[in-house]
Amino acid sequence: MVTCVNDAMFPGTGQAVVRLLRRLGVEVDFPQAQTCCGQPMVNTGYLDEAVPAVRAFTRAFEGYDAIVTPSGSCAGSARHQHQIVAKRSGDVGLVAAVAETSPRTYELTEFLVDVLGVTDVGAYFPHSVTYHPTCHSLRMLGVADRPTRLLQAVRGLRLVDLPKAEECCGFGGTFALKNSDTSVAMGTDKARHVRSTDAEVLVAGDNSCLMHIGGMLGRGRAGVRVMHLAEILAATEDQPAEVAR
Amino acid sequence: MTGTFVGMPAFPTAAREALADTQLRHNLAHATGVIRGKRAAVVGEVENWEDLRLAGAAVKDRALRDLDEQLVRLEESLTARGAVVHWARDAEEANRIVIDVARAHAVDEVVKVKSMVTQEIGLNEALEAAGVAAWETDLAELIVQLGGDLPSHILVPAIHRNRAEIREIFLRRMGEVGRPAPDDLTDEPAVLAGAAREHLREKFLRARMAVSGANFAIADTGTLVVVESEGNGRMCLTLPEVLVSIVGIEKVVPSWAELDPLIRLLPRSSTGERMNPYTSTWTGISPGDGPQEVHVVLLDNGRTRALADDVGRQALRCIRCSACLNVCPVYERTGGHAYGSVYPGPIGAILNPLLKGTGDPQTDSLPYASSLCGACFEACPVRIDIPEVLVHLRSKVVDSHREDRIPKPEAIAFRGAAWAFADERRLGRLEKLSGVAGKVLRRRSPVVGRIPGPGAAWTDARDLPAPPTESFREWWNRTDGGKADG
Amino acid sequence: MASARDEILGRIRTALRDVEPDAEPVLSPPGARVPEALGLIDHFAERVADYRATVVHCAPDGLATAVAAALPVGSRVVVPAGLPEAVLAGITHPVRDDGLTASELDLVDAVVTCARVGIAETGTIVLDHEPDQGRRAITLVPDLHVCVVRADQVVPDVPDAFPLLDPVRPLTWISGPSATSDIELDRVEGVHGPRHLYVIVVGSAPSR
Repeated sequence: MVTCVNDAMFPGTGQAVVRLLRRLGVEVDFPQAQTCCGQPMVNTGYLDEAVPAVRAFTRAFEGYDAIVTPSGSCAGSARHQHQIVAKRSGDVGLVAAVAETSPRTYELTEFLVDVLGVTDVGAYFPHSVTYHPTCHSLRMLGVADRPTRLLQAVRGLRLVDLPKAEECCGFGGTFALKNSDTSVAMGTDKARHVRSTDAEVLVAGDNSCLMHIGGMLGRGRAGVRVMHLAEILAATEDQPAEVAR
Repeated sequence: MTGTFVGMPAFPTAAREALADTQLRHNLAHATGVIRGKRAAVVGEVENWEDLRLAGAAVKDRALRDLDEQLVRLEESLTARGAVVHWARDAEEANRIVIDVARAHAVDEVVKVKSMVTQEIGLNEALEAAGVAAWETDLAELIVQLGGDLPSHILVPAIHRNRAEIREIFLRRMGEVGRPAPDDLTDEPAVLAGAAREHLREKFLRARMAVSGANFAIADTGTLVVVESEGNGRMCLTLPEVLVSIVGIEKVVPSWAELDPLIRLLPRSSTGERMNPYTSTWTGISPGDGPQEVHVVLLDNGRTRALADDVGRQALRCIRCSACLNVCPVYERTGGHAYGSVYPGPIGAILNPLLKGTGDPQTDSLPYASSLCGACFEACPVRIDIPEVLVHLRSKVVDSHREDRIPKPEAIAFRGAAWAFADERRLGRLEKLSGVAGKVLRRRSPVVGRIPGPGAAWTDARDLPAPPTESFREWWNRTDGGKADG
Repeated sequence: MASARDEILGRIRTALRDVEPDAEPVLSPPGARVPEALGLIDHFAERVADYRATVVHCAPDGLATAVAAALPVGSRVVVPAGLPEAVLAGITHPVRDDGLTASELDLVDAVVTCARVGIAETGTIVLDHEPDQGRRAITLVPDLHVCVVRADQVVPDVPDAFPLLDPVRPLTWISGPSATSDIELDRVEGVHGPRHLYVIVVGSAPSR
């Protein structure tokens, strides 16, 4: 699952996941029927409106061994929220379909470390990097140190500790719009901590959070670039990462 | 003398004002930082903390699962030990019971143990209207009361005040209601605490009636429990002749032995101590020791409404430790007043709508006052899944507007999203439009700066990346899944 | 009109229609183990002292001397009616509590009592206000509380204390002197309760 945000806004992340997984010998497909995990609707309270997305999800991913997504948030939605939506719909078929897809959904680093059993993915990225653990990967999924283990194994990469790393960046989906002032106050502090590391790149496992922090850093004219973890893990000497954003 | 939360604006508006107060943000960041560190240290030294959390949650759940039976047993055991048990459906009924007791003893003042429930029901204001002065005796409550202020934290109601502000309040106000603060008062916390000791001691020594809440009420034995630090609680529970305790019906613990995990969880989660300085337990009347007339008011005031919500009822496990406030990144920045209730922070964001029901714009704004980061759930000693309940309450707010004749723009937008996400072909068409916009925008800059309209909520403070010229889906189809990519 | 009691109980029953009760009491997880290097009594003493209480250790025959040393010269000292002779021997002019008023207690400097249980892990002493400890008020109003704890009364952690305590008696759990963190969450010892807690541990731990 590439996720709707990545599909529309950050195709490079999806492309990186495809490159990375193929390099590791995984047969990758992009089922065309996928749309969105439904989280924006669920987290704003629109459960009925999430039903079509969850239905599309189960249809698109029926029959695959694993559903891998470069987003802790979307994986969390599939694992923890789809059943709530399905039950609400009253559609027993959907409840059964979700019971099939939910447990097979993995956030990228979970899939790499737990299913493929690798921490060294053969990546090369000669830059200083600081890592922001996004809330849903950290607390909803419990990915723990999987991302940092993967990053530490990247050749050339220097990992710098981010102060108050585990504190939320303030994105929070529609929270960023509904409580924009508070969201910005949180993002400002996060951006300050990122700048204090002097790292060249801020990395995270969720482009939504990065879009928020990156937007704050951009407005502050800081020279820190933001990149999705997948893009760093996909980078090699032959195919270096684009560090544009 | 005290302020009121009535008429507070919805959270985003109240938060905006709080965020602009740099002194407040400094006070809060400092205080929550200190308490987070303390909590982490003492929680870290308990090997089986997760087992304790499970046990604590299980005890509270067991009490809630047959709450009617538990309350009937509590009433029986209290009555057998000489206490008078009252039942109150709502705030007004509870306040009237307290006022009647005060009148029966012809007292014109009561001393109070810090209690969330008496704030919830507005007891001080009701007593004042009945001609009875209610003296708050907890240091932070005293600061709030003297300052004509509102509480902003469950454990430390005056967390928004720093030492200099507290000194000023003491100097200005203590003399008007009792023993004045000494002229040479400094802003040292120890000196300020000393001034509170002197000020309140005369009130403790002469008070004939006290009002308390209770942290726990043991159904089997009729034992009430008050957990505190300063000894003001002990003063109130021990010295007066008459004691009235107002107890929310969710405070029940089935048996004495089952209090154990809760007593181990609360202080470490709350003040970050292995144990709080004082815990008092009493069971009805003890002849020759303490108040010889003891009343217990069992209060509903919305708790049965919360109990009826199968997702939300877990909030009734709350033991008011305030760990969720201290770890909350939203609370840390906005403070407690923005929540417009005596129950602020993450727990307040769920407890208020559960107790009051949805429908009021201020209450309805609370479930949205969270980025759903989950830090609160992680810290909660009784494992209340606050993010789960927040999302659930958001759906209740949305559902309550489904019959609106004129839907909100947001509702229309989500209906549109539901339509688009039902089918990838619809989504694909929208992405093509976005790609066209991206081509136009990217000619100027890879980011979008400030834009007007609804997008302003984002772009007023953050850049927005311009959409790419090609979506992932288009790339996949053009390159045969990347295989034909140059 | 239904009484408040009936109405509340009715609302609860309606709210819980879908819920089955849990008959079995919840079992408590075990408490902390005593650090082997320290032993139970030293662990207790260290944890009590953490709260900035004074802790001393004495042999049974040194109890009177230890009590005397805890009390500033010339202190007015209140004692419970059932204070053991061995403790009383250390107090020059004890005032036996016979129902002193709060204001009278306010003129007293110190109180000397025994205890019911000591909890090592949390540095807590629990009073159950038996005659060797007296009414709750006498250990509250005076500014210095000297508390004698027998080594065989000390248990490792909170779950060990629960079965030893009778909840029908009033209980006071004391962990250090009174304290507050209400000003900038800075901990300050000494508010309304005794500002000084002095714990005397008598004897050695029984072999377990």
